[in-house]
Amino acid sequence: MDSMPSHMRPERSFQGLILTLQRYWADYGCVILQPYDMEVGAGTFHPATTLRALGPKCWNAAYVQPSRRPKDGRYGENPNRLQHYYQFQVILKPSPPDIQDLYLKSLAAIGIDSELHDIRFVEDDWESPTLGAWGLGWECWCDGMEVSQFTYFQQVAGVECAPVAGELTYGLERLAMYVQGVENVYDLNFNGRDGDQKVTYGDVFLQAEQEYSRHNFEHADTAMLFEQFKMAEGACRKYLEAGWDGDKKERHLMALPAYDQCIKASHVFNLLDARGVISVTERQSYILRVRELAKACGDAWVHTEAGGV
Amino acid sequence: MPDLLLELFSEEIPARMQAKAADDLRKMVTDKLVAEGLVYDGAKSFATPRRLALTVHGLPARQPDLKDERKGPKVGAPDAAVQGFLKATGLKSLDEATIQKDPKKGDFYVALIEKAGRPAIDVIAEIIPVIIRTFPWPKAMRWGELSAKPGALQWVRPLHSVVATFGMETEDPDVVAFDVAGITAGQVTRGHRFMAPAAFSVRRFEDYEAKLFDAKVVLDPQRRKDIILADAKELAFAQGFELVEDQGLLDEVSGLVEWPVVLMGSFDEAFLSIPGEVIRATIRNNQKCFVVNDPKTGKLANRFILVANIEASDGGKAIVAGNERVIRARLSDAKFFYETDLKTKLEDRLPKFEHIVFHEKLGTQAERIARIERLAAEIAPLVGADVEKTKRAAKLAKTDLLTEVVGEFPEVQGLMGKYYALAQGEDQSVAGAIEDHYKPQGPNDRVPSDPVAIAVALADKIDILTGFWSIDEKPTGSKDPFALRRAALGVIRLVADNTIRLPLLTTFAKAAKSHDGKDLLSFFADRLKVQLREQGARHDLVDAVFALEGQDDLLMIVRRVEALGKFLETDDGKNLLAGTKRASNILAIEEKKDKRTFDGAPDASLFVADEEKQLARAIIDTKREAGDAVAKEDFANAMTAMAKLRPAVDAFFDKVKVNDDDAKVRENRLKLLNEIRAATRAVADFSKIQD
Repeated sequence: MDSMPSHMRPERSFQGLILTLQRYWADYGCVILQPYDMEVGAGTFHPATTLRALGPKCWNAAYVQPSRRPKDGRYGENPNRLQHYYQFQVILKPSPPDIQDLYLKSLAAIGIDSELHDIRFVEDDWESPTLGAWGLGWECWCDGMEVSQFTYFQQVAGVECAPVAGELTYGLERLAMYVQGVENVYDLNFNGRDGDQKVTYGDVFLQAEQEYSRHNFEHADTAMLFEQFKMAEGACRKYLEAGWDGDKKERHLMALPAYDQCIKASHVFNLLDARGVISVTERQSYILRVRELAKACGDAWVHTEAGGV
Repeated sequence: MPDLLLELFSEEIPARMQAKAADDLRKMVTDKLVAEGLVYDGAKSFATPRRLALTVHGLPARQPDLKDERKGPKVGAPDAAVQGFLKATGLKSLDEATIQKDPKKGDFYVALIEKAGRPAIDVIAEIIPVIIRTFPWPKAMRWGELSAKPGALQWVRPLHSVVATFGMETEDPDVVAFDVAGITAGQVTRGHRFMAPAAFSVRRFEDYEAKLFDAKVVLDPQRRKDIILADAKELAFAQGFELVEDQGLLDEVSGLVEWPVVLMGSFDEAFLSIPGEVIRATIRNNQKCFVVNDPKTGKLANRFILVANIEASDGGKAIVAGNERVIRARLSDAKFFYETDLKTKLEDRLPKFEHIVFHEKLGTQAERIARIERLAAEIAPLVGADVEKTKRAAKLAKTDLLTEVVGEFPEVQGLMGKYYALAQGEDQSVAGAIEDHYKPQGPNDRVPSDPVAIAVALADKIDILTGFWSIDEKPTGSKDPFALRRAALGVIRLVADNTIRLPLLTTFAKAAKSHDGKDLLSFFADRLKVQLREQGARHDLVDAVFALEGQDDLLMIVRRVEALGKFLETDDGKNLLAGTKRASNILAIEEKKDKRTFDGAPDASLFVADEEKQLARAIIDTKREAGDAVAKEDFANAMTAMAKLRPAVDAFFDKVKVNDDDAKVRENRLKLLNEIRAATRAVADFSKIQD
């Protein structure tokens, strides 16, 4: 790290932190992917996690995923909450025996020294009702702050994981705030430069937070969204149906495009939820509808080549 | 005598599961040892975030030899029987069996089976893998390469290594040889994850515990708790504060560290404008830190105590600074929530309840609040509460559920309502009732005593009970998702502790139109029985009292049960009970025989014996006196009146033959017996009382 130019150092630069993590996991042997080009609620939705977690094949990947949580928008006024933020996602299948050590070394790489800081693994069982997925693991704490989620996937899209994958999710803004010693997310140094060359997180995202908060809570076109949900659901089912190669349903040829529609439906649901137009009872049934799509996609995926056929 | 040491080393075990897991391990291993004839002197188990450990000392080196004699077929029995006998006993031929003489039934074969005890270490090597595979974790998982195949080991988190040694104190112990899920048991473990990660070898429990301590692991959870508590108190005291003790938090925190290091941090005094309970909830729930009081004011100070898992190289400065940052952010949120909440009047939140479903079949929260308000107003005069204040309290009681603070910390519901009510200038009783209407929540919770709070608390509970009774959603077995048992117990305690006269059936009828009030009443009877049983009182007496007509006043029932209990402890009580039961038994037999009952007053002209006449007189007197006493709700006097019946009953059974040859005399005497039963029913149905 000493050879690193100062603008790349994780404790000075948001992008430096991301690049350091990418470098670390690339050195481990992960494929470094780019973000999935769709709106998702969390890095887990990326097919590189959801679908690749299924089936017998080895799979080690890492990527940044912009994540959208329409309900978490605060019009740019809350120093910690965002409706759009970055997750750094690592998936290792099968979970290696030294995965905890690998994780701790990645923290060391971004400047978190375990002789100085109190790093803890605190129980946190993960469950995604929309993905039909669950796993056991922890929240990883650094000096009382949750900096990552650590999960051993047991089931995804309704399918038992065999073998089990280990998933690490780093909350990048939070980690960066910690290593940069910043109290407000918008004050994060994005590019690691000083003076008039410095670009902050606020310079990049504040306007977007304000605009999207207005959109998510006040203006998102609910009639269109309800329609989109139905269309995505219908398309997903159509592609799944059309994808089976022959009547025996032994091989599927369109799991990925079908899964895109599941992702779409999930995000549209989140927007509708943020607009407050879904009642408590309806909410449950929408979640179930997305889960049914996810399960059907998981079933299709395990009948594809990367799913192990 | 040899000892066993076992350690199961894994990734971080959830704090809340550790104590039970340690207990389960000890119980499962020792039960199995005993079942295998390996009786031990003592056993103790331990848990840390990364390990379960067990020591069993004073085990025999071998199982005892077993000798078993098995009776076989008769000499000369068919071959099939002989073959079956040989197969069952493992004998090669009948030559290995002995013949036992039996002159009556004929001689038969006997097999003498001697099973030599096996070395204990071999037995243990079989026991432990089975226990590991069947360990009852509340939630278990698979991991790694082996999880690709079915039947992979499940553990709470990935299991990394197993230590298992067995041997005498004086010698080097042997490793218990077994494999489980690719892990071979050995004698190597590791210390603290960060401070002493190197592997080291252990022999037996004594050096295991000592070496772990050197490697910065305090094995015994109790010792970790003691350290945390003592250090936290001292740290607070040294700075002029007082630790707010919290057993639940202490239990949890001691399960999050192997090497507890207690540190103190502070936060901005400005946050002390937030209610103390909210500060505590924030710091406790989210950060798992303790709070401290200023002993001069008895209020929270702007300090917190955290328990770290390492001795940091800077003495903990970075750790404290990090925790302070997080707590500052959390308290900023809490303060923002609190101040936002204060901007909206509680009653202005009510319309939102119209859109919140309380229960699919029971309508919205708004409807429920309206029901509670109506019922509370009905109850108010019975408990001496001001009707208008009661209605106001009932209307506002649930409004804090829609506040930001309660959304974040559900455990301060009610309490926040009180704060917000006081802040908007509500009456003290109204504000207090908002907090107290949830009470009592459990057996140790406070019972409200302000009449307004009592009225709303009763209405809240009775509404939920009659509501769920009306849609036939009653608790079954261990399933009680709406905590209806707790609600009924709450009503019982509210009524008993405040000596309130509340006719339940009429109150139920006011609460909800269509439900089975009698059935709900018997649910109350069951709860009362459970409560009395827990207090060590006789719960069968509840049945004896409930069996009387029209018993729906809990306070009177409780008092009657108490008086009855005292009475039955006296000689008079015991004998009267025996006499009454005897009368009932005779009546039951005769009623069955004659296929009729013996109701109606006995005919005085048919009395023959003096004892009959005396009994008849005693019954009349007792009925009158007991009846008068009961009317005055003086149950002690009613029992005294009952006692007077006893000598007459005793004398009657002593001298008089019930089944007289004269049918008329017999019938008359049976009617007299029936009168005994009737007389005692002034206080209770004696037939429901267990002997």
